[in-house]
Amino acid sequence: MIETPSSTGRGAQLGARLRDRDLSAAPATLNLVESRTPADLRETADLLHELSPAKLGGEAPGHVIGVTGPPGAGKSTLLSALVRAWRERGRTVAVLAVDPSSKRSGGSLLGDRARIDFDPSDRGLFIRSTAAGERLGGLAPATRAAAQALAPAFDVVVIETVGVGQSETDVADVADTVAVIVQPGSGDALQFIKSGIMETPDVLVVTKADLGKIALSARRDLSAALRSLGARDTQVISVSSVPPPTGIDDLVDAFDAHRAALDLPVRRLAARRAAALADFAVEYGERGIRAVGGRRAALKLLGEQDPTLDVPALVATLEQKVPA
Amino acid sequence: MSETPAHRLPERDRPWMMRTYAGHSTAKASNELFRGNLAKGQTGLSIAFDLPTQTGYDPDHALAHGEVGKVGVPIPHKGEMHTLLDGIPLDDMNTSMTINATAAFLLSLYIVTAEDNGIDRAKLQGTTQNDIIKEFLARGTYAFPPGPSMRLIADMVAFTVTEVPKWNPINICSYHLQEAGATPVQEIAYAMSNAIAVLDAARERVPQEQMGTVFSRISFFVNAGVRFIEEHAKLRAMSILWEELGRERYGVMDPKHLRFRYGVQVNSLGLTEAQPENNVQRIVLEALAVTLGRNARARAVQLPAWNEALGLPRPWDQQWSLRIQQVLAYETDMLEYPDIFEGSVVMDGLVGEMLEGARAEMAIVAEHGGAVEAVPYMKAALVDSHRERWRRIEAGDQVVVGMNKFEETSPSPLVDEEGGIMTVDPAVEAQQRNAVQAWRAGRDQAAVDAALERLRAVALDESQNIMPASIEAARAGVTVGEWSQALRDAFGEYRGPTGVGEATAAEIGPDLEEVREEVARVGEALGRTVKILVGKPGLDGHSNGAEQIAVRARDVGMDVVYEGIRLTPQQIARSALDEGVHVIGLSILSGSHKELIPAVMEELKAAGVDVPVVVGGIIPEADVAPLKAVGVAGVYTPKDFDMNRIMRDIVGLVADRGGVPAPA
Ligand code: B12
Ligand SMILES: Nc1nc2c(ncn2[C@@H]2O[C@H](COP(=O)(O)OP(=O)(O)OP(=O)(O)O)[C@@H](O)[C@H]2O)c(=O)[nH]1
Ligand SMILES: [Mg+2]
Repeated sequence: MIETPSSTGRGAQLGARLRDRDLSAAPATLNLVESRTPADLRETADLLHELSPAKLGGEAPGHVIGVTGPPGAGKSTLLSALVRAWRERGRTVAVLAVDPSSKRSGGSLLGDRARIDFDPSDRGLFIRSTAAGERLGGLAPATRAAAQALAPAFDVVVIETVGVGQSETDVADVADTVAVIVQPGSGDALQFIKSGIMETPDVLVVTKADLGKIALSARRDLSAALRSLGARDTQVISVSSVPPPTGIDDLVDAFDAHRAALDLPVRRLAARRAAALADFAVEYGERGIRAVGGRRAALKLLGEQDPTLDVPALVATLEQKVPA
Repeated sequence: MSETPAHRLPERDRPWMMRTYAGHSTAKASNELFRGNLAKGQTGLSIAFDLPTQTGYDPDHALAHGEVGKVGVPIPHKGEMHTLLDGIPLDDMNTSMTINATAAFLLSLYIVTAEDNGIDRAKLQGTTQNDIIKEFLARGTYAFPPGPSMRLIADMVAFTVTEVPKWNPINICSYHLQEAGATPVQEIAYAMSNAIAVLDAARERVPQEQMGTVFSRISFFVNAGVRFIEEHAKLRAMSILWEELGRERYGVMDPKHLRFRYGVQVNSLGLTEAQPENNVQRIVLEALAVTLGRNARARAVQLPAWNEALGLPRPWDQQWSLRIQQVLAYETDMLEYPDIFEGSVVMDGLVGEMLEGARAEMAIVAEHGGAVEAVPYMKAALVDSHRERWRRIEAGDQVVVGMNKFEETSPSPLVDEEGGIMTVDPAVEAQQRNAVQAWRAGRDQAAVDAALERLRAVALDESQNIMPASIEAARAGVTVGEWSQALRDAFGEYRGPTGVGEATAAEIGPDLEEVREEVARVGEALGRTVKILVGKPGLDGHSNGAEQIAVRARDVGMDVVYEGIRLTPQQIARSALDEGVHVIGLSILSGSHKELIPAVMEELKAAGVDVPVVVGGIIPEADVAPLKAVGVAGVYTPKDFDMNRIMRDIVGLVADRGGVPAPA
């Protein structure tokens, strides 16, 4: 029987530092939220509690952006260019790169970082790579918590995940804005959108514009497909991330425009509820879900809670329904 | 007059050109070395440049720290080129320069030096290596992105074919691919695909009627491993493919133009630190692969030395290797006969296998859109082949005498107190730093500025050739760092792919399984999967060790951050901090560990990262204690070939630091 450890204040302290926008708290924060020891889980709950909308007096100001797409589409290289553009506009950036891991050994080669140029003396940029772990959906177990913890401190928190088809939904749950990245010549995205497997993203990016005609026609096809689905709001943007980069400023503007038009509290609240359910499911499994009367009932219960609660507090309301 | 019988030649063949890959410390010291080598009977020059010169940094650039004059000679400007070539008859000499990203500038320096000495550029003979695709795949001294790099090559081909007609503007290298783990088939296929990319680019810059001449100026630089029969077959296969390519793709008809010409450096990857004297046998056998059969004999040969895996060779070590060539050429009878493999069923069969395999692999590269587009594919394929090679060595499926079999040895009298190697005086760096600053202060700055201005404009205008502006810059006293920066500004920078992500998972054996369980146990106790940063500080491009360590770390269950080659100590420290790693492994083979490892340790301290650090690579015994004194927890060298053992040590360090008790 494991005793529930009492908190040492580590999590709360980190939370307070992030609330003060102390960016140097980021590495330790990630070390904490990634840890699965009972003591650290407890500290993580304290951390997130410090950063709940109730404590912040509103939603965290950072813009959480999900960047997802098939392997090799050019996501990390694009981030490299985007990071430069954001930093030039004076915005601080945290990158959470989630890499698929090897099923056989449990280990993984975290390759995204290598593609993102950074100035090692730049304190306004933080890059962390994490292995996706067992869970489907392209997110590492700790990524939601990390995004929630960093959004109060950084101007932009961007999450890179590998996703094709349905698995983007996870990142859509955490992010304010979701961009799907495809490279020219890959018909997949078009097929997924047409067949409704993939939800229409907020922004669709076609990379490798430097490849010329093929990139242009990819962009045209995607725009046409979206129009035929009536998804007129989705912008399709064509970029090249290799020197000389093109389209990057347009993309930054498109992100800003989406965020400006967004009902942030609604989207964030949905994100916290989805996260709570996902965390609960990891901890208690399908049996736990049944105990609370199924997914719909769980979401209904979560919907009745105070909208300013943090995720661990929401998980706790579900836990109360599980018979001891 | 009597007929010569079919099994004899009317007269003995002339020997191939004999070279020694040499250069270190300063232009002056290297000039003395060159003259000494020529006096010993060497017949051509082969210049080794230091890594700053190769990657386009002056000796006083931050990235040059620890690397100046180490593995080659620093030649930042025409003054140093003059010193390097002093007293060497350039109209008579055949000079091979191992230079790639900055080849256009170093050739410019060579031309200006010759012209200053009253020698017409049309008389110059030699080779600039200038093969950028293999830099992305294996060698690491690239500076610009693929597109502009290919343009520079095409410019040099177009320029030399009329202006320096006896010059080989590019050496397509398969040598380095084998050193990075390529199989013979990969070596052939990637080299030929590379040649296609270069010729296609050149075709756009020269008229069709010159294509025959252009084709004939393309030479190869190949490798030969200890499986010397197969290696000979490889060379015969290459010459068949080359001729075919010339005829079919480029419409070349003149048989003289279609001849496959190659120089060679024999395999070094298989040369061992353990019982290093055995390397001599290996070198001799490998030399046979490229000399024995007349139909595919090398034009030029350079051999590594017996102490290859220990560190840099001394003049005597290189002399020994030169003497191997001379014994083969002058004492044996191999130059007296026509091709001795003609009609051999074995040889023909092997050649057929190679051709078939190479054609299939070339088709895959073509499907990717050609060699430039296929760089990530080929890089990953090489890492995977090397992983397989290493597996065979560890498992004992591939015998390496003295290393994984017959390890019992008497003490070697060859390895003396100094370690049996040459070391470069660390004072060289400061001296070169001052020298380049003095050079800059003494120039006509207005002329330099104008030359750089023009260079930038030409770089941005694809329709112009980079060579005239580069020669003008060289003449004005521009440095290699300035020339490269101008081009970096115009072209942007680039990081090559690491190739590790796609490597096949290791087969599970009892050793691996045991380490994996320990990694899982320690990770669980710590709360997170054990995370390692594999870092390559400095300009060193030797990536094999870091790649294989990274892949094995993944295979034992660690999360691995590996960002590729050429990082500053500050970048490494920042990555370690942001990534929250439990342990750091640094790999250095270029001899700059004494400067760079302490620099990384300093940066880690400044960043507040307190985790164990291990180091691997070519680290002479004498340097181990000083590294440990600055806090390094473990040092590994090529004799530590059992990577599962290395992983066990590493997870042990992580457990200790994290306070995880040993398993019950
Ligand atoms: C292969 C090779 C190359 C290949 C590299 C291909 C590649 N992508 O890696 C090529 C042909 C490109 C090359 C080029 C050069 N090379 Co070289 N090369 C070698 C060679 C023959 C083998 C190295 C190797 O890959 N071994 C196989 C790998 C798997 O072993 P390893 O790296 O030693 O790793 C083992 C251990 O050292 C340790 N380890 C290594 N790293 C790490 C990291 C960690 C974290 C851990 C735990 C352990 C560990 O574990 C591994 C398992 O046992 C060595 C000599 C030799 N036989 O060792 C020379 C050698 C390293 N090269 C040398 C030189 C000088 C060069 C050049 C600089 C020459 C020049 N002037 O241009 C160039 C330029 C390269 C550059 N950009 O920096 C010198 C360095 C001299 C010195 N240190 O003083 C050497 C020693 C040869 C010599 N005697 O002259 N080279
Ligand atoms: N020509 C061109 N190549 C690009 C561009 N962006 C990325 N690439 C190349 O595409 C390949 C994949 O790029 P990454 O950025 O690693 O792609 P990714 O989507 O992050 O890949 P994963 O994380 O492995 O799924 C690399 O070889 C890049 O150099 C671009 O705009 N133009
Ligand atoms: Mg990526």
